[in-house]
Amino acid sequence: MRIPILKLHNYLLISIQIDLDDKTAIQFQEDLLNKIHKSGSTGVVIDLTSVDIIDSFIAKVLGDVVMMSDLMGAKVVLTGIQPAVAMTLIDLGIHLHNVPTALDLEQGLIKLRQELEE
Amino acid sequence: MDFQSCVTIQKEWDIVGARQMGRNIAKEIGFGTVDQARIATAISELARNIYLYAGSGEICFERLETIDRKGIGIYAIDKGPGMEEVSRVMEDGFSTSGGLGAGLPGVKRLMDEFDIVSEVGKGTKITVMKWIR
Repeated sequence: MRIPILKLHNYLLISIQIDLDDKTAIQFQEDLLNKIHKSGSTGVVIDLTSVDIIDSFIAKVLGDVVMMSDLMGAKVVLTGIQPAVAMTLIDLGIHLHNVPTALDLEQGLIKLRQELEE
Repeated sequence: MDFQSCVTIQKEWDIVGARQMGRNIAKEIGFGTVDQARIATAISELARNIYLYAGSGEICFERLETIDRKGIGIYAIDKGPGMEEVSRVMEDGFSTSGGLGAGLPGVKRLMDEFDIVSEVGKGTKITVMKWIR
């Protein structure tokens, strides 16, 4: 299973709509970094509206991909984290410090534009 | 003990299978969305522990019902290497796998009851329960 990565101007948009298993998550990490490299995109939005579970492994993969992209020069914003997922992550003890987030795709794009224009 | 259903954990994909089954059972019992997410996440952590440390094992589910409350019991059983210092794996931040170290203390916080029995060379059994509030 591969997660589709869409390109829009300077941005890459990803909407995760499946229950992520470890392999798919790692594959996505690699695919995203390659796509950033190939497309020269400077901003990425990963929308998690349809994700109803994030365990410690998936959280680590997402947190890592944000840092990896940052190393390459692309800013990533995670959007649409559901209330139940946010509560579960904090219970688990996962805080995802330094990971930019926004309420939804629209806010995510606004946040990216602000960050990239600075 | 008589479990209603069990999932064998052998492959990575079984982690997803176990949490999906647990979530469905939790939904049937009547748990709300947030508790469904907590239960499914706890199962995911337990199943991953089995997969990473024991290689294989199983996750079993039980519907709990007393006179005044309903809940779910989840049992993570493996015949892996077991753990020498159970108290250490219950410390926040302790991890041997290089993960986020959320692991078992996180599972304990997600659920209402938590018990672990582990014997070196024989395996580990973790029992967790959650009740509908």
